[in-house]
Amino acid sequence: MHLLQLSNLKKYYATQKAVDDVSFSIEQGSIFGLLGPNGAGKTTLLRMITGIFYPDAGEIIFNDKKFDPLNDNLYIGYMPEERGLYKKMKIGEQALYLARLKGLSKSDAMDKIKFWFTRLGMESWWNKKVEDLSKGMSQKLQFVTTVLHEPKLIILDEPFSGLDPVNANLIKDEIFELAKKGSTIIFSTHRMEQVEEICDHIVLINQGKKILDGSVQTIKQQFKENLFRIQLASLPMSINHPSFDVVKRNDNHLTLKINENGTSNEVLQYFINENCQVEAFNEILPSLNEVFIRLVEGTKTSRQFQTVSA
Amino acid sequence: MKKILLIIQREYWTRVRNKTFILSTILTPLLFAGLITTVTVISIKNIDHEKVAVIDHENLLNGQIENTKALTFAFPKDVDSNNYIAKGYSAILYTPGPSNNGYKLISKKQFGMVAEGDLEEKINKSVENNFLASKYHIDAKDLEADRKQAGSAHINQTYQEGTEVKKGNSELAYGIGYGSGFLIYITLLIYGTMVMRGVSEEKTNRIAEVVISSVKPFQLMIGKIVGIGAVGLTQFLIWIILIIGLTSAATTFLSKETLQQAQESSQQMPGSGMHAASGAATGFNDIKETLSEANWFLIIGCFLFYFLFGYLFYASLFAAVGSTVNEDAQDAQSLQLPITMPIIVSIVIMMNAITNPSGSLATWASLIPFFSPIVMMGRIPFGVPGTVPYWQLLLSMLLLVAGFLLTTWVSAKIYRTGILMYGKKATWREIGKWAFRKN
Repeated sequence: MHLLQLSNLKKYYATQKAVDDVSFSIEQGSIFGLLGPNGAGKTTLLRMITGIFYPDAGEIIFNDKKFDPLNDNLYIGYMPEERGLYKKMKIGEQALYLARLKGLSKSDAMDKIKFWFTRLGMESWWNKKVEDLSKGMSQKLQFVTTVLHEPKLIILDEPFSGLDPVNANLIKDEIFELAKKGSTIIFSTHRMEQVEEICDHIVLINQGKKILDGSVQTIKQQFKENLFRIQLASLPMSINHPSFDVVKRNDNHLTLKINENGTSNEVLQYFINENCQVEAFNEILPSLNEVFIRLVEGTKTSRQFQTVSA
Repeated sequence: MKKILLIIQREYWTRVRNKTFILSTILTPLLFAGLITTVTVISIKNIDHEKVAVIDHENLLNGQIENTKALTFAFPKDVDSNNYIAKGYSAILYTPGPSNNGYKLISKKQFGMVAEGDLEEKINKSVENNFLASKYHIDAKDLEADRKQAGSAHINQTYQEGTEVKKGNSELAYGIGYGSGFLIYITLLIYGTMVMRGVSEEKTNRIAEVVISSVKPFQLMIGKIVGIGAVGLTQFLIWIILIIGLTSAATTFLSKETLQQAQESSQQMPGSGMHAASGAATGFNDIKETLSEANWFLIIGCFLFYFLFGYLFYASLFAAVGSTVNEDAQDAQSLQLPITMPIIVSIVIMMNAITNPSGSLATWASLIPFFSPIVMMGRIPFGVPGTVPYWQLLLSMLLLVAGFLLTTWVSAKIYRTGILMYGKKATWREIGKWAFRKN
């Protein structure tokens, strides 16, 4: 079941097409990665999903109904990239205020804040002010205020920036936990190793257009170059076989590229026949980072301003 | 609606609980009252009693010079500049004669301004009396009595409104007009700037986008404006209570005699800074007697209306400016100027309006929403419908409400875009585009 479906979304600014005909859908309970280089249109897209911006064209279906920002934003938790808090306000009051803006009653909000504060070890913060917190601490507070009202859709834009590895892991575990309980999570970043670790499904946009859509595994398969790594006890002097070529030669392992007609079994067969001791054999799949670079490279690194005729 | 209420509450309570708010609210009237009291008391107590010996060779003064509270005069024969202190005088005064050209005062210490002013006045009076008696054979006392009678005319204005005859008092109207116009001027600037700073703080703190994902930008803007307006009303209320309390305390502390004394000394003082303060004390006495003549229901009603809608008219504009500002405080100043200008112009027009409340400048300016909150309040105390016809008052109010709706509508559009724009400074052209963009 799809929680969110975007079809043909467009948002044009005076000098550029920020989002240009983007469609995709997000499965309920999945962790979805929205990727793209700087200025690709991620934030604009997210702002349309949260109802901050209205799309120029296209449709958003949320929870099987046409998206209605006024009512539906109660079910959305958004942690923007440009985020902050009221500096002079006490932390407890701040959390309470933001929760009540999401429609929670005072007592309900109090219970949930207490639950989260205890869970993340923030009990002693209640009467402190935000200006007393470190950057990482306020990140944690922002995460709590984003998920406090148990939204169906949680949107996190660069959630780990400024967090130390311990706290980043803490938040990461919470994200998995929330997804397990049925929340859908949109995760926007350009840190590919995090995406690979966390996301089930990704969409890559560049210059306002969707250029890649699929699960992490299929994408890796799609972009694989039939590269294999074989580790041998001793390397034979010369290798010659019609099914594969040696791409790279190291001390005890080889990187091979299998030709269109070749199979991995033929490779193994060859080395067994050569009387080489095979210690390890595995396929090299491209990292998302490599896929990302390959797709984005070649386009201009920063978006150019242009005149738009809508 | 519930969310706007939440925002209003937050804006209100975070400000009202702030220490600087509490201090400034309580201290301002205390400081003001304290200043008036101190200055009044000092100006009365600080008058020294000096004995002056007058050497009048030419007999210009004819041996007569009136004593004042500060100065006592004598015409001794055997006193000169060497021995006047030994004889018990604190100063010696020479009138013009063969040996010296002007009046000359010799003393060990500098005379205060009050004493010097007294001295000049009394000498002139004495010379004049002397001339009157010697040249025209007029008794100075008779003349004084005549003069009093001649100068006693005081016009009691009455004007007809229907069958009812009302008493007019243009001095009182002037005072009320000036006071209320000025009060609106101050509040527009103070609370307008507060709205602007609040908005730009939200933007630079990066909280705006978080909040806007929960509420509409318009709700956030209106919540802030109403919340700060409520802070302003609270401050007024506290001030009014404190001022009433303090003045009633002051009237028991300062007896009527003291107030009269202050009045006299203020007339004797030549253009000193104390004038204003003791003038206030005097004015207070006058006002108490004539306050009942003004149409208070109308004035207070209109004041509240113009205060409220004047604030709303300008606050949304200030909010729009706040939303376009980035971290740089100097940007704020240059963008703020076009909004503070009409407020400052209003106060200048208002000064003119209270001297000529029916003039065309006053009339026109009191209809235009940019100026009407301040200028109309300068005119209303002169009488409705005498000076300000009903149609003008009604039109002015309607235009102000319409103006408020328009500025709020335009500002909301600028605000919506500006609050999420980071990075470069917005130009006026861009702001114009935001304001008139569809959807």
